[in-house]
Amino acid sequence: MEPIQVVFLIGAALVLIPAVMVVTRSNLIHAALFLIVALFGVAMIFVLLEAFYWAVIQVVVYIGAIAIMIIMAIMVTRDVTGETHKSFNKNVVWAGLLGLLSVGTLLWALNEWPTFSAEVQLSPVDSQLVIEELGVMFFSGQGYLIPSIVASVLLLAALIAAIKIAFPIKQEEEE
Amino acid sequence: MIPLSWYLILAALLFGIGLFGVLARKNVIAILLSIELMLNAVNINLLAFWRYLTPEDIAGQIFTAMVFVVAAAEVAVGLALVISVWRRRTISSADELDLLKW
Repeated sequence: MEPIQVVFLIGAALVLIPAVMVVTRSNLIHAALFLIVALFGVAMIFVLLEAFYWAVIQVVVYIGAIAIMIIMAIMVTRDVTGETHKSFNKNVVWAGLLGLLSVGTLLWALNEWPTFSAEVQLSPVDSQLVIEELGVMFFSGQGYLIPSIVASVLLLAALIAAIKIAFPIKQEEEE
Repeated sequence: MIPLSWYLILAALLFGIGLFGVLARKNVIAILLSIELMLNAVNINLLAFWRYLTPEDIAGQIFTAMVFVVAAAEVAVGLALVISVWRRRTISSADELDLLKW
């Protein structure tokens, strides 16, 4: 086994073991902290894929913003330790079966696909050129200008909606 | 060299774990955590396909950008909803949100 494969397996373990903890811990703070470990593992996988830009964005956006926001939301709501409530609802057996079924179906479908088992030769990429091209494509009319504008509008709309929804209840509504 | 299939198997397993969490967890925030896991599985798939099959075409990375944007928007609105529901009815479990059920 090559050293890079060992690194991949460590990264995969760093993703999958914390992911299992995220969905099973009843203490929500622990679940959120395990999510951060899993997101770091995903960033490691991105580095192995030579998508360095996305590895950085993963750490900055997911761990720096989303995970912190989730922890803040956990702290302003009740039952963070999960001592008074069970963590699973009554569908847990069916959910487990459906999860296994979806993984099995995905792997079966991929196995039917010839490229899945074929040895794909990796062509080298110049990561600096990739980042340059990414920046140009985001803001050129021949590239993906419209999708990036749509994405910005979506983010703006979501932020305005979040402020509106989370705004304190007005006095008249309470009466 | 790492075969492409390893990345795809990892992403499939991560997606399955996330799907189980979405269906089985009681707390709304725990469901949001599981959705994040599923979105990350999608990102691994997109970047693996980009790297192995079309490294000369940047579209795979653009799709990843869209997934990131949607994840940020989803978590902002989702957490605002959780806080709003908490303010009005002091509940955080998805099972108790049954006002529209009959």
